[in-house]
Amino acid sequence: MIKKPKKYSVFSLVRNALSYHENWQPAWRNPEIKKNYDAIIVGGGGHGLTTAYYLAKNHGVRNIAVVEKGWIGGGNTGRNTTIIRSNYLWDQSAALYEHALKLWEGMSQELNYNVMFSQRGVMNVAHNLHDVRELKRRWNANRLNDIDCDWLNTEQVKKFCPVINTSQNIRYPVLGATLQRRAGTARHDAVAWGYARGADAMGVDIIQNCEVTAINVNNGNVTGIETTKGTINSKKIGVVSAGHSSVIAKMAGIKLPLESRPLQALVSEPVKPVIDTVVMSNTIHAYVSQSDKGELVIGAGTDGYNSYTQRGGFNIVEDTIMAIVELFPIFSRMKMLRHWGGIVDICPDASPIISKTHINGLYFNCGWGTGGFKATPGSGWVFAHTIANDQPHKLNAPFSINRFSSGELVDEHGAAAVAH
Amino acid sequence: MLLINCPYCGEREQEEFSCGGEAHIVRPKNPPELSDDQWADYLFLRQNIKGLQYERWNHSFGCRQWFNVARNTATDEILAIYPIGTKPPKIDSNDPITPCGEPQIGSGNFSTSKK
Amino acid sequence: MRLNNNKNINQKKQINFIFDGVKYLGYEGDTLASALLSNGIHLIGRSFKYHRPRGFISAGCEEPNGIIQLENGEYTEPNRRATEVILYDGLIAKSQNRWPSVNFDLGAINDLLAPFFPAGFYYKTFMWPPKFWKTYEHFIRHAAGLGVSPKKEDPHKYEHYHYHCDVVVVGSGVSGLYATKIALAKNLKVLLIEQESEIGGSILSTNKYNNKINGQSQNEWKNKILDELQNSKNIKIVTSTSLFAYMHYNYLLGIQDIDPNKGKRRDNSIRQVLWKIRAKKVILATGSIERPLTFNNNDRPGIMLAGSVSKYLNGYGIELGKKIIIFTNNDSAYQTALDYHHHNIKVSAIIDVRSEVDGDLPTLVKSLGMKIYSGYIISDTSGRKKITSVTIEKFREKYPTNNNTEVLTCDLLCISGGWSPTVHLFTQSRGKLKYRNEDSCFVPYQAHQQTISVGSCNGFFDLKNILEDTYESVKKFLGENNKQIEKIEVYKAEAIKIGKQQNTWLVTGKDKINKSKMFVDFQNDVTAKDIKIALSEGFQSIEHIKRYTTNGMATDQGKTSNVNALGIVSELTGQDISNLGTTTFRLPYTPVTFGAMAGRYVKEFFDIERTTPMHEWHVTNKALFEDVGQWKRAWYYPQNNETLNEAVNREVKATRDSIGILDASTLGKIDIKGRDVSEFLNRVYTNAWSKLEIGKCRYGIMLGDDGMVIDDGVTTRLGEYHYLMTTTTGNAASVMSKLEDWLQTEWPELEVYLTSVTEQYGTISLNGPNSRKIVEFLFPNQNFSNENFPHMSFKKLEIDNVKCRVMRISFTGEICYEINVPSSYALSLWNKCIDIGKEYNITPYGTEAMHVLRAEKGYIIVGQETDGSVTPVDLNMDWIVSKKKYDFVGKRALYRSDTIREDRKQLVGLLTTDPSIVLEEGAQLVEVETSLPMPMVGHVTSSYHSPNLNRSIALALVKSGISKKGTKLIVPMLNKSVEVEITNPVFIDPKNERLLA
Repeated sequence: MIKKPKKYSVFSLVRNALSYHENWQPAWRNPEIKKNYDAIIVGGGGHGLTTAYYLAKNHGVRNIAVVEKGWIGGGNTGRNTTIIRSNYLWDQSAALYEHALKLWEGMSQELNYNVMFSQRGVMNVAHNLHDVRELKRRWNANRLNDIDCDWLNTEQVKKFCPVINTSQNIRYPVLGATLQRRAGTARHDAVAWGYARGADAMGVDIIQNCEVTAINVNNGNVTGIETTKGTINSKKIGVVSAGHSSVIAKMAGIKLPLESRPLQALVSEPVKPVIDTVVMSNTIHAYVSQSDKGELVIGAGTDGYNSYTQRGGFNIVEDTIMAIVELFPIFSRMKMLRHWGGIVDICPDASPIISKTHINGLYFNCGWGTGGFKATPGSGWVFAHTIANDQPHKLNAPFSINRFSSGELVDEHGAAAVAH
Repeated sequence: MLLINCPYCGEREQEEFSCGGEAHIVRPKNPPELSDDQWADYLFLRQNIKGLQYERWNHSFGCRQWFNVARNTATDEILAIYPIGTKPPKIDSNDPITPCGEPQIGSGNFSTSKK
Repeated sequence: MRLNNNKNINQKKQINFIFDGVKYLGYEGDTLASALLSNGIHLIGRSFKYHRPRGFISAGCEEPNGIIQLENGEYTEPNRRATEVILYDGLIAKSQNRWPSVNFDLGAINDLLAPFFPAGFYYKTFMWPPKFWKTYEHFIRHAAGLGVSPKKEDPHKYEHYHYHCDVVVVGSGVSGLYATKIALAKNLKVLLIEQESEIGGSILSTNKYNNKINGQSQNEWKNKILDELQNSKNIKIVTSTSLFAYMHYNYLLGIQDIDPNKGKRRDNSIRQVLWKIRAKKVILATGSIERPLTFNNNDRPGIMLAGSVSKYLNGYGIELGKKIIIFTNNDSAYQTALDYHHHNIKVSAIIDVRSEVDGDLPTLVKSLGMKIYSGYIISDTSGRKKITSVTIEKFREKYPTNNNTEVLTCDLLCISGGWSPTVHLFTQSRGKLKYRNEDSCFVPYQAHQQTISVGSCNGFFDLKNILEDTYESVKKFLGENNKQIEKIEVYKAEAIKIGKQQNTWLVTGKDKINKSKMFVDFQNDVTAKDIKIALSEGFQSIEHIKRYTTNGMATDQGKTSNVNALGIVSELTGQDISNLGTTTFRLPYTPVTFGAMAGRYVKEFFDIERTTPMHEWHVTNKALFEDVGQWKRAWYYPQNNETLNEAVNREVKATRDSIGILDASTLGKIDIKGRDVSEFLNRVYTNAWSKLEIGKCRYGIMLGDDGMVIDDGVTTRLGEYHYLMTTTTGNAASVMSKLEDWLQTEWPELEVYLTSVTEQYGTISLNGPNSRKIVEFLFPNQNFSNENFPHMSFKKLEIDNVKCRVMRISFTGEICYEINVPSSYALSLWNKCIDIGKEYNITPYGTEAMHVLRAEKGYIIVGQETDGSVTPVDLNMDWIVSKKKYDFVGKRALYRSDTIREDRKQLVGLLTTDPSIVLEEGAQLVEVETSLPMPMVGHVTSSYHSPNLNRSIALALVKSGISKKGTKLIVPMLNKSVEVEITNPVFIDPKNERLLA
């Protein structure tokens, strides 16, 4: 029997404080594994948990297991720099990410769990004429796609983010920026926990420490999975295991256009508020925001080789810090407190795959590369639709695996190489 | 950071090299006769192995020569280096026991190394 | 006045410093912490969440409380651990996270409200009304954070230092020094790294009554061995250097603080050095960190780790209290009692959790008449800004109990919950740990790289074992042939009987957790209650507990709190710690300054600046520059305060009317030789190359195997087997490496050799109807007539014995000669051209005019008209795509179902209905204006005012554009919409009459 979770509020906090916090109930159950499920989601990260949540909520499929190798939210959900935006160039991407952004906007209330979605704006900075042209192209496309976006000149950049170095004498001066004001950051762990709590309340079994070792296929139909906790049967399996997508695909004999790369990030020691927005620069490769705890959150680039070690080269981190110090000379005396790595699976066109496969009942959601966190609710929404109807939602139809054969790629590498 | 033994220059820091991805993918000799799927296979699909992977590296900030490397992508250990155009050597590598599992070395924390 | 001490505190050298506006006195050799403590300052800051008064608990990098804002203005640095700050004259420090002062902090109200801020309370509230989150967040953000970020640019410099050696020894305590000596005996090149400013590690905390090494006090032994080591030519010793990362292949990173007393603190000298070390072998002698005990109100100023109290006494000569109580679960804290005893201060009580205390140290302490409360615990403490008393009661086996309590007064409480080996670097190297239950510590178990751990970081805590283990394991680690090692003096120490440790994670007992404040992570204010709440809410994984409670995530990275949190989880859930595991030990071990990571690679050194041989001329002639990749290209040459548009119009007009000169040296140039070059070009370009004659040039488009345009340029056949390829400026390097890739890995059968000659030649491009006059003057004996030197041909010529390659090719649509000359002559030839050209009003033009000129002619720029999704067919350049060749790179992909679609975006020209409007590059095109979202059919790739046509022109990629010429489209801009017509992209000279004139 599923017990409806007690609602969180100021009142519940006070009530619990008065009873010395003895009466909090688990945010999600630690369930017994059933033999059969209507759907299994492989991967208990943000995308997997939202998939289960929306399968249950939007499609009435409630007999679901989410199987997670480690602890929920322990993969890229808990390792990213939490940037949320929807200012993508191509219509297909813009629509998908904008759908996600709208879900972010109501998420805390929907889940009764404060994910601290903070719409403090994301600035994408231009450093040369090529950047200006590319970013203006994106800005114009965003505008007509009804995605809020402003173009800021150098003075407006300085006004919006006073700590950025807009001197025109630096190696790559700031020539302008796009600004999406509705964009921002969120508390990444809370997203996993909030959706886990919500899914659990609708009957979804969240099974941690359960590693998938094989996918069972019979006559072109998926029948279930083998795990370190035994066989689990289901006719529908959605795989959302970023980093390890290729490894799981191989279990079903599928080859994907993915490469798994280390992606590193770091935070500084916490300080009082100093930067009130998110600044991203593709050209010199720096992006930074400040968390509610006061830490500067900084993302580095991917390494140039495949690796499943969740570690990358320190040279990549150095390059990022050089760019940060270049763009924010006042941060030179700040200190790196904590550094970590994740495994991102990267698609050739820097867009995700949310797709059916040639095996009936087997679905893949992967290839989010370095930017999957922002899509979390939207990704789960459309993937749940795809699994429930065995048909893609109109938002993820362009992200089929078939595009690599047809050539209909959605190239979101941002700025193409400079040349003339 | 890796330390790579360039067969032409000797041990050098990884920063001098660039990785060219999976090795032994031969460009088809008969592209016009291939289907879109077959071309996509050559162009985009990769094994992306967790464990022993054969891959190409280029000493791009050195002698500019390409060579093949056998590396365990689950530990980043380089296990062999061999010339372009030769067959990959047979190697025992410390592959994970389960496909998604971790190899038998420490992981930086205590819990995942027990498996 | 200081007592005798190991650190040689120099009492003759007084140092003035200021803390929170008050002047104090310390001595050379002090840290800020020791100096403050010697002045009786315990209250150093307020805690993160509850603003509780806090004092130092330790003397090292594990310190969670004693963090301050160092200096002010451009020299300020937040969150420095005072225990690590070397004192220097004029130092200014401030306490953090308090208002208005550390003594009276309004934030302390939070302590009273603490019951309402349990772990995870943020997640459960502040949700309504939704719009208010921004307001809530504003206050949360201002409450969070510790110190304050600098507001000014950093005046200091930072260096990177690369070091290669045979052995790195990390840590200079007993085992580190001994290991160094053994390695040196083997004639190995050794680097010894010490985190503190002084060599000695735990030796600094000892006195002459501690256990001896070969009959000498540990400090005497240290001084002697250090003399020996320093005489070796194979050693380098660095102090004040924290090794913070252990990565692949024994790659180690350290951060060195330059002694502030050696230079001026307030200047622009080098402040820190980042060490990048590759070592063949690594010996970790990183010691261990003492754990606090977890009991109610265990966080008051004056409650300190026992080992650290000894360090302040023996190391710095500071008595921290007169009325001292010790609370322990193991023998080591009895040493502190002995240390004070030797200074004639009797510890008033030792509260020991263990009912049986039988080690040698406790026995000695007992024999000296100190009171030991065996089988007792401290259940509470009092004292607002410093501890004044403790409440003790009998340790209970069962809960709840109603023990009698007793209150003991004190001014210092020394606590010890056992020791955790510093295994951070070992685990970063991917070594495996195992859990040792008897003294509850994680010890190294299996190394993955060439490394060993020795001494207390390997789980040995008594001197005899440390010496024996170090000798044996280092000897074995350094390999065969140990004759040299066997010659050195072997060090021994007496055996000491150590009593069994009793692990008591929750001293005050489970039943009282929720009603008490038992701090686990002091800096982040995480209590045992928070951990219990997390568990009851289903956060079972230790990683979840860490994230939910933030335990171990403060600036000390949980050095004193991680193992305690594990123990508490273990006690609350009944699971073995060995089944719980640990959270990941991440780099850095201690925080690392951003500036040090960036090193010298900032400002002018941030990225290489590539300049052409004519760069100085451009500078002298007031060119503005455009960054193209790493190149600085002349953008335009304003005269007399011209605007960009005015200058560009003048440059463009002059070029079409008479002659313009462009520095084209940045174009990539690849010299190609070999028997198979024409076959090679056939494979990498879309068109046919077999019939290109010597002395002729041909334009080529290069595709990726996905069919998309990646580069274009002209290739010239210089000789039978000799070609020169040009590439776009930005893609020169990537094209070169892609071509090498094809040759070496895919087509080794081709005899082709590539050499990049981009920087070997300067390229002067003379454009315009009068360009022929210039070359005729430069090369008087040559015939430049159309018949003799037609478009797309090449001649080897000479000026004053300097060999030149002259191509008649064009990127403007005018007659154009490109002269390639060895770089060292390029500037002189450029000057010569300018001189000769004066009578024709020769006009230097930059990249902006170049763009206009080529756009007037409809020439594309790769990366502007293309974006990785454009095929040559999309560019209406079918003519360059060979139908006859069986294969070339990219061919197959041109026939995929999507690439053969007829409604792809195609290159067209655009003319605005109002000729004065210049469209914005990147503007989007629509057929009809609708409500948002508006379906878009393409975008403007290039757009300029054309002074020759006296109107605006643009290029665009438009859906089915080629078949829609003459159709009108709309460009909806922010404030207005602009009507445009799709046209041919060639606006000037479509019949090439000017080009071929």
